[in-house]
Amino acid sequence: MAAIEILDLEKSYLVGFWRKRPKLALRPLRLTIEEGEVFGFLGPNGAGKTTTLKLLMGLVFPTAGTARILGMDMDDPRVKAQIGFLPEQPYFYDHLSARELLNYYAQLSGVPAKGRSARVEQMLARVGLSDSAGMQLRKFSKGMLQRLGLAQAILHDPKLVFLDEPMSGLDPMGRREVRDLIQQLQHEGKTVFFSTHILSDAEALCDRVGVIHQGELRGVGAVAELTSQTQGKVEIIFCSQTVPAGLTGLGAEARVSGDMVNAVLQEEQQDAALEVLRRERLKLISLTPVRSSLEEYYVARTRPTEGRNEDGRNEEEGRNEEEGRSEESRKGVGV
Amino acid sequence: MNSGGMNSRIGYIAFNTFREAVRDRVLYNLIAFALLLSGAAILVGEISIDIERLVVVNLGLTAVSLFGVVIAIFIGIGLVSKEIDKRTLYTMLSRPVRRWEFVVGKFFGLTGTLVVNTFLMAIGVFLALLYVAHRFEKMDVWVLVALYFIVLQFLIVCALALFFSSFSTPLMSAVFTFSLFVIGSLAEDLRGFAKITQGIGGWMATAIGYLVPNFSALNVISQVAHGDAVPGRLILYNSVYALLYSAMAISGAVLIFQRRNLK
Repeated sequence: MAAIEILDLEKSYLVGFWRKRPKLALRPLRLTIEEGEVFGFLGPNGAGKTTTLKLLMGLVFPTAGTARILGMDMDDPRVKAQIGFLPEQPYFYDHLSARELLNYYAQLSGVPAKGRSARVEQMLARVGLSDSAGMQLRKFSKGMLQRLGLAQAILHDPKLVFLDEPMSGLDPMGRREVRDLIQQLQHEGKTVFFSTHILSDAEALCDRVGVIHQGELRGVGAVAELTSQTQGKVEIIFCSQTVPAGLTGLGAEARVSGDMVNAVLQEEQQDAALEVLRRERLKLISLTPVRSSLEEYYVARTRPTEGRNEDGRNEEEGRNEEEGRSEESRKGVGV
Repeated sequence: MNSGGMNSRIGYIAFNTFREAVRDRVLYNLIAFALLLSGAAILVGEISIDIERLVVVNLGLTAVSLFGVVIAIFIGIGLVSKEIDKRTLYTMLSRPVRRWEFVVGKFFGLTGTLVVNTFLMAIGVFLALLYVAHRFEKMDVWVLVALYFIVLQFLIVCALALFFSSFSTPLMSAVFTFSLFVIGSLAEDLRGFAKITQGIGGWMATAIGYLVPNFSALNVISQVAHGDAVPGRLILYNSVYALLYSAMAISGAVLIFQRRNLK
């Protein structure tokens, strides 16, 4: 069963003071995430990641479309008992301590009274907040709030966890701990849907990624496949302070860095390049095929598209609207 | 979700709202109240003859009402809007908490705070009465009824503050709620004016007189200060009226909040 089935979910807001006009925040989005999958939702700031998450959480209402979560309609109240959510830059009741907050949320999530305290302590320990558990949240740093946010998201042992920019505000150690936590969740069989614009995190954690830009899903792919595709080039690193003339003759792009040279050339020139190194008696450090990176995939899908205006719709679409054409004709154009 | 879960969620939200008010030092108003009342009691004890009870009851109950209304308005207008602004609602509504449960829980939390506040103030009023009169009298029981009516006023004010804050800014909500409190305190006069006025003016006065909450019927302070009894029929009428009026305002707040997109 799919954990999340997003069926043409769409959101537009009315903007303007006198003459209100719709601003598209999310174009019709169709996406399926399987159970047990870690899915990364990538995109620059303002791309529509948070809007998608807010729609799925029922914090904002869709203009059109729907979604099914764990086989239930997204509006079904039973869904909420089985999901956890960490918002971007979370903020909590600052009159409470971390322990009180988790206890309150555990009550609201229906965690049975018996074992509730133990569960709260377990979560505090899991995110490294046991020592600050009694401190009021107004004294918490941004990183500590983020950890608490993670604890409250998994407090009630949900099947599906939504994390909006989970690494935001964390130091390198904190980021590593969050990565470990997401991996642990995956090993526990949970489905994790998280948004980020940090590609290395997505590459390290995700089974699949989706790239969203200007409110539109631009592509979905398996990380393993994206990063395993070779580009027909090899990278050779060897010890030298200069680039041998023979290598330049093979069309290599080389750069010297201290006592090392890093050269990239066509795969078919690989044997000839090694022959040059042997002839010059240079020490080979490594030879690796150049693979596509997630970054290339991401950049290719988030390049500015010609003819798009600032609200993410293309110009022809905007003209149609002004001319008062029908909704059907608008939907058919240039998406 | 069973109704037991629903009730307990409303209870948890109400308790958290109460705890927040207490930790935000809302009950500190009791210090100002105690100072005011003890000062007044000592003063009238020294300078007046036979009107000590009248002054203490009048001043005490008016202070209970005003302090409470100010708290009801200023906390009430932020109950929902503050949670939207600070985004604490995100982690609340992503749990099995329905929006209406959240609004109702918040309402009960604030009214609970006001009931506790009023109870503590009432102790102050009776202590001041004991200080000036040296003993309790039978007619003092009507002071309890006046305090009950004041609590009913708070129910309506809280509900109105919640209703206005579900669609307008905190400042405008405060202005609307306070205006309704003032106009509502003159509701009986408006209705009287409507009876002796003809034409559109009369219709408008009638409409406004019956639309605004009738706070004047809930104000029996002067009556009980003079030791007059409060009719049982009025107690029943006011109870039903306050419950229905607040239920309507809360329902309005829920209906608006149910459809609201959270920024």
